[in-house]
Order: sequence, then structure tokens, then C-alpha cells
Amino acid sequence: MNLVTKYLGEVQVDESKIIRFTKGIPGFPEETDFIIMDLPDNNAFHILQSIKTSSLAFIITNPYLFYDNYTLELDDELLQQLEIEKQEDVVIYTIVTLKSPFSDSTINLRAPIVINSKTLKGKQYILNDNNYSSKASIGAHGTGAK
Amino acid sequence: MLVLTRKNNESIKIGDDIEITVLAIEGEQIKIGISAPKSVDIYRKELYVDIQEQNSAAANVSIDLLSLMNQDKKDK
Repeated sequence: MNLVTKYLGEVQVDESKIIRFTKGIPGFPEETDFIIMDLPDNNAFHILQSIKTSSLAFIITNPYLFYDNYTLELDDELLQQLEIEKQEDVVIYTIVTLKSPFSDSTINLRAPIVINSKTLKGKQYILNDNNYSSKASIGAHGTGAK
Repeated sequence: MLVLTRKNNESIKIGDDIEITVLAIEGEQIKIGISAPKSVDIYRKELYVDIQEQNSAAANVSIDLLSLMNQDKKDK
């Protein structure tokens, strides 16, 4: 299908790769369908583009690129909601809040995007423990801990 | 807002499958137990609001700002 996107104009997307967030994400409860797109000339970041709303897209990245000791525990509720059976099916991203200059940008380690790559079900998973910040610095490659 | 007064160890039922119980009252803090189906997400409100706000900020990035990332990469 053709999709008008926020950052890349009109592109062809593969409908079989649409990720379903059954309850949307916090702040956007009606946005349930997203697709992950690559950024041209940039391997570190990707785009999480809404299918429904062209103007809604998030920049996402692999949190381990910035915080290699990032650890999170997925509780039974989440495993059940996303029908996760094997750890290797799980893909973790974090949403980037871009700032100028770029080094002031932050990543949300408190609420990672968890995707079951087998079922293509996703959820922004809010960690109830207080170990990580929703505004962890992207510049200083610290621990991300508060 | 519906307001109910409860004592320690008393509960409130919301619908058929959610139960909220006052477990302890210690000074200014009240310990609350919640039984709910696994499909119901439960968060401290200030945390949920923080994530909502962060998502809104992340979604509000102008297209120009995106070029910053590639700029940064070229600088390195």
C-alpha cells in the first residue's frame, strides 16, 4: 500500500509488516497501527510511523546502542498481551525526543517499545520500577539510571 | 467523581473483576492493593502523565530537526 509519511513523503509499505498496538500508546490511544521504516543514510535510528495519521511519527532507536547495560524485565501480563513465547522474538526500541543541538536529545528508557516480531504485536511498556528515566541523555553515554 | 469512605482492609469493587483494597494507612501514605485482569494496565498517575508528555514532545519534532541527526553523524 502507499502511505503518506511525516518524514519520507509518500512511500510504499508492506502491509504484512504493520505492528499493532491494541491500546495505542500513552497520549495517542487511538493510534494502534504503526510501521517501522529505516532512515536514509542512518542505521542507528528508525521511524515509527502511524498508519492512520500521516503527521504522526516517532524517531526510535535501539537503546543498547547508547546504554549497553540497559536491562528490563517483561512481566507475565506483557508476555501474555503480546503473545511472547521466546525471548529471541522480542525486539526493544526506545522513543527519541530530538533536541537541538542533537546532543541535548533524550531517549525514553522508562517506557520502551516492546515488539513481538513473530506476531507483530507491540506495546509501549512502562516500567514501574524507578531505575530509568523517561528523559535519559543521548549525549552522555552514562548508565541511564536516575 | 464518586467519593467513598473506606477503612483499613475494606475494599471497593469496580465492575465484576476489579477490586481495590486499602491495605494499610501509615501517616500520609496509604497502601492500596489492586486485583485486576492482566489486560488492565495499572500505573502511578504521575508516571503515566510523564510518558504521555514525553510521547507528545517526541512526536512534535519538526522535519528540519531530523537533519540534525545526520549532521551530527557527519561531524563525527
